[in-house]
Amino acid sequence: MAENILEIKNLQFSFHTYGGVVKSVRDVSFNVREGEILGIVGESGCGKSVTSQCILRLNPEPPGFFESGSIKYRGEEITTKTDKEMRKIRGVEIGFIFQDPMTSLNPTATIGKQIEEVFVGRKDISKKERKERALEILRLVGINEPERRYRQYPHELSGGMKQRVMIAIALVGKPSIIIADEPTTSLDVTIEAQILDLLKDLKEKLNTSIILITHDLGVIAKMCDRVLVMYGGKIVERGSVDEIFYETSHPYTAGLIQSIATLNTDKNQKLIPIDGTPPDLFAPPKGCPFSARCEFAMKICSEALPEEYVLSPEHTCSCWLRHPDAPKVNIMKRDTKEGS
Amino acid sequence: MEKKNKKNTQDKQSETLRNQAEKRKLTPEDFQFVGKNIEKMESISRPSLTFWQEAWRRIRGNRVAFFSLILLITYGVLAIIAPMLSQYGFDQQDAYNMSQGFSAAHWLGTDSLGRDLWVRVWMGARVSLSIGILAAGLNTVIGTVLGGFCGYYGGKLDMIVMRIIDIIYGIPQLIVCILVMMVLGSGVKSLVIAMIIVGWTGTCRFTRGEVYRLKEQEFVLAARVMGESTFMIIVREIIPNIMGLLITNLAMAIPSAIFQEAFLSYIGLGISPPQASWGVLAKEGTKMMTAAPHLLYVPAFFICSTVLALNQLGNGLRDAFDPRLRGAD
Amino acid sequence: MGKNIDRSQPLFQVEDLCQYFHVAKGKELKAVDHVNFSIYKGETLGLVGESGCGKSTTGRCLVKLYKPTAGKITYKGKDIFSYNKQEEKEFRKNVQMIFQNPHSSLNPRSTVKDIVGYGMKLHGLATDADMDQKVEEILKRVGLNRDHMSRFPHEFSGGQKQRIGIARALAVEPEFVICDEPISALDVSIQAQVLNMLKELQEEMGLTYLFIAHDLSVVKYISDRVIVMYLGTMVEFADAEELYENPLHPYTQVLLSSIPVADPKLVREKKRIMVKGEIPSPINPPDCCRFVERCPYATDECRSKLPELKEVQKGHYVACHRIK
Repeated sequence: MAENILEIKNLQFSFHTYGGVVKSVRDVSFNVREGEILGIVGESGCGKSVTSQCILRLNPEPPGFFESGSIKYRGEEITTKTDKEMRKIRGVEIGFIFQDPMTSLNPTATIGKQIEEVFVGRKDISKKERKERALEILRLVGINEPERRYRQYPHELSGGMKQRVMIAIALVGKPSIIIADEPTTSLDVTIEAQILDLLKDLKEKLNTSIILITHDLGVIAKMCDRVLVMYGGKIVERGSVDEIFYETSHPYTAGLIQSIATLNTDKNQKLIPIDGTPPDLFAPPKGCPFSARCEFAMKICSEALPEEYVLSPEHTCSCWLRHPDAPKVNIMKRDTKEGS
Repeated sequence: MEKKNKKNTQDKQSETLRNQAEKRKLTPEDFQFVGKNIEKMESISRPSLTFWQEAWRRIRGNRVAFFSLILLITYGVLAIIAPMLSQYGFDQQDAYNMSQGFSAAHWLGTDSLGRDLWVRVWMGARVSLSIGILAAGLNTVIGTVLGGFCGYYGGKLDMIVMRIIDIIYGIPQLIVCILVMMVLGSGVKSLVIAMIIVGWTGTCRFTRGEVYRLKEQEFVLAARVMGESTFMIIVREIIPNIMGLLITNLAMAIPSAIFQEAFLSYIGLGISPPQASWGVLAKEGTKMMTAAPHLLYVPAFFICSTVLALNQLGNGLRDAFDPRLRGAD
Repeated sequence: MGKNIDRSQPLFQVEDLCQYFHVAKGKELKAVDHVNFSIYKGETLGLVGESGCGKSTTGRCLVKLYKPTAGKITYKGKDIFSYNKQEEKEFRKNVQMIFQNPHSSLNPRSTVKDIVGYGMKLHGLATDADMDQKVEEILKRVGLNRDHMSRFPHEFSGGQKQRIGIARALAVEPEFVICDEPISALDVSIQAQVLNMLKELQEEMGLTYLFIAHDLSVVKYISDRVIVMYLGTMVEFADAEELYENPLHPYTQVLLSSIPVADPKLVREKKRIMVKGEIPSPINPPDCCRFVERCPYATDECRSKLPELKEVQKGHYVACHRIK
């Protein structure tokens, strides 16, 4: 098994708001191994973005603050670092690709300058070397005519091209982890396919780990080795990509997989939605966060948090249904034809 | 239960989870299906606050802005009641008590003609504040209406109004004011007219931009699809959404109007004595600067503190109305 | 659950619709370029394509948010730009729209009751006295309740907001609803809710939809017939099943194979057709096939002449020089 380069333990991160504290990340633990693509899937507000931004301390602090837990990058604790120390990690050790390339690039600086920004303050790299590195990385992310693009401004590039530049910026410091927060959500399908292929290709070439945050199970299926499913600020299920899709064990994951309309969905059949709305983490429910929307909710579900049951070396699931005393049910409905 | 404990030994489980699960013994009843909870599914747990409630909450939370607001209210109240309660008239001269300092009889002293400065300051406040509010208010109304039409309809009207604004911007404001004063004679009325001629342009441009942005928003399109009349769209959909910004704008426009009045009066184009305004008082004070400096400092203090307070309040309002900050703190 | 589609007379007929926007001197953005189609009562017509293909502009032309540069749109046989006041009012009641972005499609300063109820009041479907009750009824239909009436949009989640938007459109009992990417801004679990709701409401109220989206799997699920657009032109038009089983235009094929499939095993096996390059700008597009720069099969003919939309099988139209 490959080595863990990032270890997150019992992370709790919250935000102060006028009405009280919003607990965005509630007791999350996971590891990132060398050279893997780890997917984090979940809906908006489930804490996936906040979790990933914690790793680089990109959340505004205050109002955000660490309640407890630790984030260790190659044994180094991240949560106690100062901003100055973080600068040595951001972009150099861990890169970040933002969701929206249209707003994440600085419109007043050339592409070249933005790529070279990671070298600011590094005296060991000459100007010429910096440019060479930038051109090399532009070539690597599949941008044609890198010499010309180097001098251009963001508005002269198309959406897909901008996202490639974002990837170049994340890669130029040769980080060992890249966090990609919904990297293709704002792109068209044909461009999305190109960018995903590029990311996968780069991962092979450079042997970086990627943390891929998305709400799209299609992207997860295509890209990831391991998957974390988040809901209500917690990890509800984790496992290898095949385990998540074919041995689904949390009702929420099952709901997600079944609710999407695919090309094979029968027209006359109703889709199977997850009713309701995710909980507001302003006042997180006492029990399982999914209990209010869960079809298989039991009495215990709304009263106590389920523990994390281990189903296989990789596969765990936080659901009371996995308790030995719980009744056995089939959580996938497609085949049993029991629609509500 | 035993199986469960065995599992607990695995280090993947966190302390808190274990504690919570072990707090109670599990019975078969706990595993009865209850299904979805429809009520809870759609519930909203945050307290409901309207836009104005939220803005008020934030203004109160902003110490500088809130203090400014209190100060301004105090000034306003004093301007109304102070001259009424005092035993002195604002133009009542007293040859025996000229250019006196602070005393129990004359709280802020007297001027070179022996008039009570306390009364004159608040009489001046009446003029200064009302000119400021009147000029800024009328500017805002005219600018909003014109800017609203320009932004919503665009086209020829927009082009003509924008060119007029360009021309007004091109002429130095002072020259316009002097010209108006020369034609209409000096006094409160002509002062206000002069300030409006040069003052509406900023609000107009600003409102035009906001309306232009809002009219492409989907909720305005939805209103058009619904068949709402243009008038109702402006009243129902657009104006409520620029109200906050307009109020901020107004709060920022009043101090500059007060300043302008003070300046014009100071150079002798505005109000003329014995009528008092803060600008007039400051002008009179300058003459006596060496003998009785307080005659200059007192009105200057009131001008500065009012302008500063209004600007701070405006800043506070801008933050309070900023939709991006909603619920953020 | 069969649908009642009345094919005798089209509800909407669009002929040669062109919508150009003047960008700068000598620059014209051809958002929609010579588009023809008709919509029958009771059906759902899907309109798919990537950004800049003109699908939203087409939808907005149908509700008169834009005045087309050229072409004719008729509703029940009458040109929609020739209405008198009474007809206009009726049209505004009968044709409604659901918008893409739930966060910007509700007035942030109005309560839910105002948003949903105003249309009813405007079209005389409710009075001040029975407004509360009527709004409650329609909110119930979209799964919300009385408590939500006095709240403001920012208090709701995206899915709830979108349902309020649907309630607003349906409150005036329309015949025809344009759904402009109604689910693309929503979470996956919420998308199915909204899709189901749209389908149910269609059956109950006999609605006709123009469903605009960029997601082909969703369009296939909900539509009876589908139009594929690329850079302002229609490239393919067919029954939904037919289009997916037998896509003829290279662009349709590319679109179909680019959809991320939520099934890891299938993904590993699946062979995909990739296209190079980006979507070109719709400003001053070339006077030939618009897809030519990215098409793997492009020939000289494609570079010189704009292909016409031809019927290759019954009800299956395609605009490509390769298909004779």
